[in-house]
Amino acid sequence: MILHFENARLIDPEAGTDVLGTLTVKDGLIVARNGAAPKQAEVIDAGGKCLAPGMVDWGVKIGEPGERHRESFRSAGLAAAAGGVTTIIARPDTTPAIDTPETLEFVTRRATEAPVRIRHMAALTKGRAGREMTEIGFLLDAGAIAFTDAFHVATETKALSRAFTYARSLGALVIGHPQEPGLSTGAAATSGKFSSLRGLPGVSPMAERMGLERDLALVEMTGVRYHADQITTARSLPALERAKAAGLDVTAGTSIHHLTLNEIDVGDYRTFFKMTPPLRSEEDRMAIVEAVANGLIDVISSMHTPADEESKRLPFEEAAAGAVALETLLPAAMRLYHAGAMDMPTLWRALSLNPARRLGLPQGRLAEGSPADLILFDPDAPFLLDRFTLRSKSKNTPFDGQRMEGKVLATFVAGTLVFKA
Amino acid sequence: MSFRARHLLGIEHLSPQEIVTILDLADRYVDLNRRTVKQSDVLAGMTQINMFFENSTRTQASFELAGKRLGADVMNMSVASSSVKKGETLIDTAMTLNAMHPDLLVVRHGASGAVNLLASKVNCAVLNAGDGRHEHPTQALLDALTIRRAKGRIQRLTVAICGDIAHSRVARSNLILLGKMENRIRLIAPPTLMPAGVGEFGCELYDDMKAGLEGCDVVMMLRLQKERMDGGFIPSEREYYHRYGLDAEKLAYAKPDAIVMHPGPMNRGVEIDGEIADDINRSVIQEQVEMGVAVRMACMDLLARNLRAERGAKAMGVMV
Repeated sequence: MILHFENARLIDPEAGTDVLGTLTVKDGLIVARNGAAPKQAEVIDAGGKCLAPGMVDWGVKIGEPGERHRESFRSAGLAAAAGGVTTIIARPDTTPAIDTPETLEFVTRRATEAPVRIRHMAALTKGRAGREMTEIGFLLDAGAIAFTDAFHVATETKALSRAFTYARSLGALVIGHPQEPGLSTGAAATSGKFSSLRGLPGVSPMAERMGLERDLALVEMTGVRYHADQITTARSLPALERAKAAGLDVTAGTSIHHLTLNEIDVGDYRTFFKMTPPLRSEEDRMAIVEAVANGLIDVISSMHTPADEESKRLPFEEAAAGAVALETLLPAAMRLYHAGAMDMPTLWRALSLNPARRLGLPQGRLAEGSPADLILFDPDAPFLLDRFTLRSKSKNTPFDGQRMEGKVLATFVAGTLVFKA
Repeated sequence: MSFRARHLLGIEHLSPQEIVTILDLADRYVDLNRRTVKQSDVLAGMTQINMFFENSTRTQASFELAGKRLGADVMNMSVASSSVKKGETLIDTAMTLNAMHPDLLVVRHGASGAVNLLASKVNCAVLNAGDGRHEHPTQALLDALTIRRAKGRIQRLTVAICGDIAHSRVARSNLILLGKMENRIRLIAPPTLMPAGVGEFGCELYDDMKAGLEGCDVVMMLRLQKERMDGGFIPSEREYYHRYGLDAEKLAYAKPDAIVMHPGPMNRGVEIDGEIADDINRSVIQEQVEMGVAVRMACMDLLARNLRAERGAKAMGVMV
């Protein structure tokens, strides 16, 4: 099976280019750029639209096991394909947590129902409780790609340091959620004028920096490979910059929502805007956008977190946090592009290349020999988002009813069409 | 005869000559112990008190037997029913015992340094039967004797000490002894069970069994000390066994004639495969127990000689 894309705007995050050209796919791999169409090739005229590596979305919550009514591997996979995500990196904050090789084998088997690639992270500590490390060796053997307790922050620093030390000896990548729980417990918003006006319990943005500094000190002590899942405040950035300059094996991500929304969007207690960590001030948002543009923050994730209506139809403080985002990741990211905050290759560096590279995956590139995980999309196509058209089982998106630009036209995984608009 | 110590608190204070003296004498006691009549009278008339603040079966039995074979009056103080439980401090207990004029005090305590503290308060010879994570000198000496008898020497060997090094006083004493006798020492442990800075003791550190065992003459396994762990050092016993448990596959990396040692009690299927432990061609674990009695006899014999000399000199008003 040979595919030949013509007249395509090739977004190459590795080369940093965004130019018209052709791309040829054979046997699931990208085999040529700007070559002539081989015989027997199925020629696809891209019509000047963008052809980019499929997004590698790091930190997707899927409700299996335990909360399949919120999201199954199948529904998440369909949403991902429609949203241009060709590799899902699934979170272990399921019920029960993915903290044994047996559970990991179960989800690995279940994940074959999805039309996109799914890799699993495993919990770093048993039950994500932060007290005893999981069987990191067995979990690596069973295919765990990284280790995280997701949003649970370990307060027993000694236990955490042992887990980091053990992970380091096996070369495992650990992911922290930088937050000082002593400050953030019970918070529903970022402390400041808005939270005061609304009477919501707030957390200082400093809690994120404190958590990050603690984790970075442990990284320095143990030498573990570390990734901070979400950096969302300006005050965390100098610490991150220092750690990178000091040569620590550290990377950081942020979420699409913290790049495109701010605390004011919560408006009249709209719970679909409740996130972990809470949405930040506009100054913080702009600082994070800048940090992604200049490469200090490496990865943009959807932090896809399905929540059912019941858990969102509650007073703001009691409502579940998180939003579905697999299908809105691309149009939301296009907001950054249209606003001139970053060009396409820079955006794709954070959406596909960097996460794949950090996780040791061959995806996320347009280079010859790379897997043909590709998306064809129109960055300008306008639409009004109706949350009930989402393929996710849960419909909790903050973008409901908003005007957006950017539509996925087709998604390919290993050269096979898995979605067509 | 070069053995001048008053107490046996640790290997740290022994010279290589003193170690050889103990081993040579112990060799003679091995012969005595193999006879039907095992009686000697070198400690006749002396009182030996075994004070075990931590539970022990084999070490206490070994010391008791050693003392009895040398003709001492041996008393075991059961700490569970002693005044320690009633709130007496360690020093008060020591002073009380001292007033009963024992000659040899064998002490095991859960706190590192507790035996040294006790030794400074009594007039008799004190033998450390294990203090916290600090030292267990008679174990290192019996290991040395076992190695010397199996390998013909106790120098220039490559010895791997594997497992829960962080919590092990056996590892520390062995590390010091084998270092003094100029052996090449490798420590193999998950990084969470490797004590900080131990690389500066002049040994090689490994977190991979196969790499660490490559070409070893002696493989010393340590017990995973679950009772000393407050959780979180290892993921699980099954992962520990998979990565650090000694089985035939991992042992194949050591020299073909490498011996396998374990201070006991063993956790079969955790740090050692049962078949290896029972393999009479490789395992010297039973010999270790036998050497234990002989080494303890030798240590008490030597300490008693020094004690007599000291008391005799004092009686004559001479400084020694």
